[in-house]
Amino acid sequence: MQQLADGDFAAKIAAVEALAATGDPRSVPVLDAMIAGRLAVRSADRRVLITEPRGLVLLLIDPLTEVEIGEAEKAAVEPITVNNRLRGALRGALGGLTLLSPSADRRREAADAVFRTREMALLPLLEKAIARETDDSVRKRMQRAVAAVQAQSSADAGQRSTAIAVLADFADPDVRSLLAGIAAADADPAVRAAALEVQQRVEQRLAIWGVLGNVFQGISLGSVLLLAAVGLAITFGVMGVINMAHGEMVMLGAYTTFVVQDLFRTHAPAAFDVSVLVAIPAAFVVTALIGIAIERGIIRFLYGRPLETLLATWGLSLVLQQAVRTIFGPSNREVGNPSWMSGALDLGVLTLTYNRIWIIVFSAIVFAALMLLIRASAFGLEMRAVTQNRRMAAAMGIRTGRVDALTFGLGSGIAGIAGVALSQIDNVSPNLGQSYIIDSFMVVVFGGVGNLWGTLVGALSLGLANKFLEPYAGAVLAKIFILVAIILFIQKRPRGLFALKGRAVEN
Amino acid sequence: MKKTLAALGVAGILLSGGLSRAEAQETIKVGVLHSLSGTMAISETTLKDVMLMLVEDQNKKGGLLGKKLEPVVVDPASNWPLFAEKARELLQKDKVAAVFGCWTSVSRKSVLPVFEELNGLLFYPVQYEGEESSRNVFYTGAAPNQQAIPAVEYLMSAEGGGAQRWVLLGTDYVYPRTTNKILRAFLKSKGVAEADIMENYTPFGHSDWQTIVADVKKFASAGKKTAVVSTINGDANVPFYKELANQGIKADEIPVVAFSVGEEELAGIDTAPLVGHLAAWNYFMSVDTPANKDFIKNWHAFIKNPKRVTNDPMEAHFIGFNMWVQAVQQAGTTNVDAVRQAMYGQKVKNLTGGTAEMHVNHHLSKPVLIGEIQPNGQFQVVWQTKGEVVGDAWSNFIPESAKLTADWTYPWVCGNCEKPKFGAAVPAGL
Repeated sequence: MQQLADGDFAAKIAAVEALAATGDPRSVPVLDAMIAGRLAVRSADRRVLITEPRGLVLLLIDPLTEVEIGEAEKAAVEPITVNNRLRGALRGALGGLTLLSPSADRRREAADAVFRTREMALLPLLEKAIARETDDSVRKRMQRAVAAVQAQSSADAGQRSTAIAVLADFADPDVRSLLAGIAAADADPAVRAAALEVQQRVEQRLAIWGVLGNVFQGISLGSVLLLAAVGLAITFGVMGVINMAHGEMVMLGAYTTFVVQDLFRTHAPAAFDVSVLVAIPAAFVVTALIGIAIERGIIRFLYGRPLETLLATWGLSLVLQQAVRTIFGPSNREVGNPSWMSGALDLGVLTLTYNRIWIIVFSAIVFAALMLLIRASAFGLEMRAVTQNRRMAAAMGIRTGRVDALTFGLGSGIAGIAGVALSQIDNVSPNLGQSYIIDSFMVVVFGGVGNLWGTLVGALSLGLANKFLEPYAGAVLAKIFILVAIILFIQKRPRGLFALKGRAVEN
Repeated sequence: MKKTLAALGVAGILLSGGLSRAEAQETIKVGVLHSLSGTMAISETTLKDVMLMLVEDQNKKGGLLGKKLEPVVVDPASNWPLFAEKARELLQKDKVAAVFGCWTSVSRKSVLPVFEELNGLLFYPVQYEGEESSRNVFYTGAAPNQQAIPAVEYLMSAEGGGAQRWVLLGTDYVYPRTTNKILRAFLKSKGVAEADIMENYTPFGHSDWQTIVADVKKFASAGKKTAVVSTINGDANVPFYKELANQGIKADEIPVVAFSVGEEELAGIDTAPLVGHLAAWNYFMSVDTPANKDFIKNWHAFIKNPKRVTNDPMEAHFIGFNMWVQAVQQAGTTNVDAVRQAMYGQKVKNLTGGTAEMHVNHHLSKPVLIGEIQPNGQFQVVWQTKGEVVGDAWSNFIPESAKLTADWTYPWVCGNCEKPKFGAAVPAGL
């Protein structure tokens, strides 16, 4: 135990291995604490202790009896340093020690740790664990670990081949890397051939998963683009206003999220997980009001003068950026992911991150709600009437000025909502909006001006095309290819994918 | 040749005339050329504040040569051509004695002709790709052999995990491209096969890292220990690390070593899932020395916020500014040519222990530290070089650069020469 504290990393690793070899369950909390950086030495008597932060001081726990023995200032203890190699050794050691742990998650982690270390000595324990295992998914992981250990280290060539055949059921990258190693290095040619054959089968399965992964990533990027562009589809597509400050509305939405989260952190830390949900309406209201103010204050004087609108809104975007920089400072603000949005869902070999999944769901909801608003509400009807024929609509008694302001507010509000979503995956900095404005215009122009369905299809197809090109061409070239493709496409179909037809378009 | 020398001499006399007029005033002006708006404001604003702090401290100590120092702050707004204009304004209109500034390599390249034309003095505080040595620039950040190469050597060693396969990720501009060119040559010299190196570039501010992180995972599953070397710059780091954490890449499986991620960049993210990923710098806030403690205390008092962090480029300004002050005191004037001569061999204590020395290639000797990210957003030093490493202006791993020497003293007087300029004039035996 004392060796854990003194000596260099090599000595610490030896100590960890010695501790693991005892098989003593009491060493689990010690190793857990060490991996988390909570194992420390008291400066006064060099005693190894587990520490736990309690406010400004540290709670000291005796590592053997797990009894609290007092408190200490942070300066009175020295944490035991850990590096990556030591961390790997710790995880391996914990793997052996926690195979029989009561928690299924720990057992699964333990099985994976054994898979990685491939420690022959753990085989009997692993087999015992499989016999007792009640959870199917954990048992599979354990079987995978057994097969891996045998395939690599068994003395019997027949057993190695059998184990390799078992591994064929587990098509994941770790298995592939193991098989590649065996196929290159095994002493027996028959085993090498078997490993190679199984490796190829695994490769094929992985290739299929790879395509599925690309589809998911493409849809995910598409949904982000959709969120950023759908507000623009209203202001630019429906109203015809080239709003260069659209990106800044997104940015303001993200900052609203930050402010809301900050309030939650100080006043109701327990309810932090719902802060993002509260931020959605807050961001909508804030940005919609700013949008209405912009429309009433600037844009309404510039209808029909696209160049002036472009310049005015561009200037406005710079003003907004610098204003945020002055108020919140130029550095990034930390917006936390609520617990239900962090981590990932393991689907086969794919890791689908929860924040991306939720953003796909969220953008679908926003899109549906917007469609409903435009198609089924009185305001939507007025909005469509004004955009199709302003003078006729005015003659029918619609207050076109009010509709304009509300429509612009709606577009800005949606941008604000997009900001809430983007704050979960991107930086919350004053430059947030800039990176999305070009993409948003691209989506709207490609999809067809004035048509929300076009925006949906445009966003998804750009997202998918980008993600399928990226592995071959790299992120920079993929973007260039797409830009060129869109330019060519616009030459062919100037009105985009879904062009509006009718007399209104001609004006 | 003689004519140009004569012209230089005339220019020197004219300039020193200009400067002596400036000296006749009450203060010595120090230019601060950092973006306070635009993309780079996130990193550069802090450096502006550090400069103001250093100048204030020096004034408390009685100023310089019996005069007060006066900072002249301009905002080049992350706009590269504007950097050149602002540099010209500082040198010609404000007649500053020295300029502390720039962050990105492209901004440095943009101001370089201005400083050379007007014979100004620039202190550049950021780690960069090397392959440059200008008579008018002192590079107080790390050259590749003071950051990138030691970091890769560490990851290769048993201690660092013995990596055999390498992913070089970078933002698409000059610093990552040149650094990766040097790293690639270095890795090959160590026997790493072409197939074991993956290079990937992304645009500035890239935010969708799903594919690339998935690719890295795939590349890492070839049966050899894989490490990622990241020269990703600025804002793009936050979504990159978020994606790493979400896809569950642990540092003991695939460690990521970054050259542009410091305490300031980590301030925007939850670092708990990133524990163990690495960064290579010449300074970490967590290093426990009395000098560093004083510096941090001073910084917190100046900025009036005890939560603000310190980082490597801040230390570089600290060293650069103090060296300049010493050189001016030694030269007894702020004349650029005199100060430049006095700079060589100038020594300042590092905040992390040891001594930084200015060499004749305008680079510093610095200690190299490798730190692991901790849950509290700080770094824990896990490895460091024994003693200081002298910065190389020209990399030994690129054949065409290996031949070049940067030495601004007689007989070389050159930043990129194969032979001394005044080689013939050196008497035998000297």
